[in-house]
Amino acid sequence: MTIAVNPSQTGEPVFYVADEHPHPEGWSTSLGFWIYLMSDCLIFAILFATFGVLGGNYAAGPAPKDLFDLNLVAVNTSMLLLSSITYGFAMLTMQQNKVAQTQVWLAITGLFGLAFIGIELTEFAHMIHEGATPQRSAFLSAFFTLVGTHGLHVSCGLIWLVTLMVQVQKFGLIEANRRRLMCLSMFWHFLDVVWIGVFTFVYLLGVLR
Amino acid sequence: MSPDFLKLIFGRLGFESLPLHEPIVVGTFAVVALGGAALLGGLTYFRLWGYLWREWFTTVDHKRIGIMYMILGIVMLLRGFADALMMRGQQMLAFGGSEGYLNAHHYDQVFTAHGVIMIFFVAMPLVTGLMNYVVPLQIGARDVSFPFLNNFSFWMTVGGAVLVMASLFIGEFARTGWLAYPPLSNIGYSPDVGVDYYIWALQVAGVGTTLSGINLICTIVKLRCPGMTMMKMPVFTWTSLCTNVLIVASFPVLTVVLALLSLDRYVGTNFFTNDFGGSPMMYVNLIWIWGHPEVYILVLPAFGIFSEVTSTFSGKRLFGYTSMVYATVVITILSYLVWLHHFFTMGSGASVNSFFGITTMIISIPTGAKMFNWLFTMYRGRIRYELPMMWTIAFMLTFVIGGMTGVLLAVPPADFVLHNSLFLIAHFHNVIIGGVVFGAFAGITYWFPKAFGFKLDPFWGKLSFWFWVTGFYLAFMPLYVLGLMGVTRRLRVFDDPSLQIWFVIAAIGAFLVLLGIMCMLMQFAVSFLRREQLKDVTGDPWDARTLEWATSSPPPDYNFAFTPVVHDNDAWWDMKRRGYQRPLTGFRPIHMPSSTGTGIILAGLATAMGFGLIWYIWWLAAVSFIAMLVVGIGHTFNYHRDFDIPAEDVIRTEDARTKLLAGAK
Ligand code: HEM
Ligand SMILES: [Cu+2]
Repeated sequence: MTIAVNPSQTGEPVFYVADEHPHPEGWSTSLGFWIYLMSDCLIFAILFATFGVLGGNYAAGPAPKDLFDLNLVAVNTSMLLLSSITYGFAMLTMQQNKVAQTQVWLAITGLFGLAFIGIELTEFAHMIHEGATPQRSAFLSAFFTLVGTHGLHVSCGLIWLVTLMVQVQKFGLIEANRRRLMCLSMFWHFLDVVWIGVFTFVYLLGVLR
Repeated sequence: MSPDFLKLIFGRLGFESLPLHEPIVVGTFAVVALGGAALLGGLTYFRLWGYLWREWFTTVDHKRIGIMYMILGIVMLLRGFADALMMRGQQMLAFGGSEGYLNAHHYDQVFTAHGVIMIFFVAMPLVTGLMNYVVPLQIGARDVSFPFLNNFSFWMTVGGAVLVMASLFIGEFARTGWLAYPPLSNIGYSPDVGVDYYIWALQVAGVGTTLSGINLICTIVKLRCPGMTMMKMPVFTWTSLCTNVLIVASFPVLTVVLALLSLDRYVGTNFFTNDFGGSPMMYVNLIWIWGHPEVYILVLPAFGIFSEVTSTFSGKRLFGYTSMVYATVVITILSYLVWLHHFFTMGSGASVNSFFGITTMIISIPTGAKMFNWLFTMYRGRIRYELPMMWTIAFMLTFVIGGMTGVLLAVPPADFVLHNSLFLIAHFHNVIIGGVVFGAFAGITYWFPKAFGFKLDPFWGKLSFWFWVTGFYLAFMPLYVLGLMGVTRRLRVFDDPSLQIWFVIAAIGAFLVLLGIMCMLMQFAVSFLRREQLKDVTGDPWDARTLEWATSSPPPDYNFAFTPVVHDNDAWWDMKRRGYQRPLTGFRPIHMPSSTGTGIILAGLATAMGFGLIWYIWWLAAVSFIAMLVVGIGHTFNYHRDFDIPAEDVIRTEDARTKLLAGAK
């Protein structure tokens, strides 16, 4: 908004905006969403810190070396990374106002996300089957909570994604829906970044330790 | 009916959960139930439900939400203070073999509930309420950035308060102290519902607080009126900004710690247990990483209030505005570097303790700078000793004492002696009551005429002031003495009869505070009855300096018919000096957000979910959770969330004000 703040033509100071236009809808949304993401980031930071402190306390139970299958985790990671790329394509087609293509890319993103969750759950089930339950040691409590919280976020992202697809179908790529897709995009990429942290600190360093 | 079936429906809730064997609780329940029934009956009789629902519960107007926060804070103050009186009475009597009147089971709940209620449901709502009410007006905005979220945040706070209150009559509250340290708070040592009430009350309210923090940051960053650069913002807005940054940067930590504690309790994980590699120390660290910023969350807005009040009632521009802003920002940052001073005795070693001791002492420097700025603002000012100014002066004297004992506690060797003693209790009540509570009272008396269009009655206000201030000193100075003599906190009975006199003095002090609170309630009633004599038609009863005083009292729904343009820190003062003429024509329709019931419904469901989780009523938790999802997602299908106030309405409102102003001259 550019408004002459200093003396008007007559030299009198201006004390109010005579010709006013309301802020456009969603004027604060991206800032607000960023701040929300930072608060969420803090949640992960604390979970990482907890893992950092407790991650070596195996309590004579299994250690990362006995549990992690890096190949599986690599496949899983690629699912999430690919989903981020396809979300990027969805945003590009959204910019070109192509509803159908946007929907297709969103659907593909969702499938990759589902695959990620599916593989993660398989991994969890396998570990629990082997007796490596969250109750077994502080290391496993911290592991399941950190990775699980990320998985929970991805699941919420999936519900959100489906909701948005319905809304795009019903109302088209209107301004409000674009803004929402933009927020989900930030959320999705944010989860990607967090996962890179999980992959590095929990899995790679875990196997080295 | 088989026990299994009952368990499925009621979880661990049963008749034995009702505290029928505790006469004190039954009595309280009778009084509350009668009072509640009278209130509900009255509302129904006068057919006020529709009005309340439409105009208040579903409102997204930041002013009304602010007022509701204040009401919540004041109501909960009565409960929190009742607990304080019970403790004071117990400790005064339990000498020479007497057990007093509270058994251990009950006493431990009382001090826990007192701490939790006072911090989360008194101080926080009062502070949030004032920020909500005042900030948009001070920056020349029409509402906050996310009005619906604002309503939702408020009701989540109420949801938390409802859970704490419910614990009084259904089951019990935690017996762990207000921060619920494990291993005591773990399932092995606290198997009943108390800690679960604690957890879910704070989680539900915490969501509200975090969202309201995000909301107010956005409001301040994005909705300032033209001309208001960051360094032209009123100091209260600055301190609010810093407070909300602190909220967003610390409440998630609380959320995580409590979530981990719940996992330990519900799932059997080993974060904070004594075995299987768990570490209770981790909990203590994490909760204080939230906890120390929390005390600044409470006190920074109070500093802002004192700044506004001092310059208004000294008739002078605030001394050292820039240094005030920098001091606030420095405190904000430093508040993250001191948390370990709460557990020097846990044995982190000399270097770590020294580091945190020194950072703690450093905080007193910006705080001291503020104190001098207020003093220099008053110096050679024309000071008017109205109520807000009286609270401010009481603050300045009291807070300095509290600050000095704080620096004393920051010295690790001294803390080894004073840790967990009544000296500590005296210290933090000294800063919280002297800072936050007095600040809230200064704010209430200062902005009350803005919110309601009439001033508060000064006679009852002064009476309340003197009772509170003398009561405070009598109630807490003895605790410094007792603490230095080595009396620890959270004790229910005492052996050494020579200590009794100090507890008697403290009880007398608490009684004076009770009179102070009653005078304050009286003040509200009398002011309401005398509202015609106390009326303010100008919108600027104190000859004040910032934008909120540029509009009418109470302000119209849209706050300002035209968005103001500011040229100076003290924008309204500047407008008054330079012959500002209130616009009388050219009004336009004004775009505003519409009310919605979604916030209260969602918060109600969240509270029900909390209740289900506390009592292991799994179906209730699941159903409310799914209902929350459905309602929340359903809400996003509503794309029409605002409306226009027609120009005719604006003209009518503004013309009415023009007439009032003409009458006042
Ligand atoms: C107005 C008069 C008040 C009185 C007479 C009072 C009295 C007390 C007493 C007797 C205790 C227990 C001390 C012990 O452990 O032996 C206590 C603890 C506490 N009070 Fe207050 N209090 C007052 C106001 C407040 C306020 C306004 C707040 C915060 C906003 C507050 C926060 C706390 C906290 C956090 C505790 C610690 C609870 C625990 O041990 O876990 N109090 N208070
Ligand atoms: Cu602290």
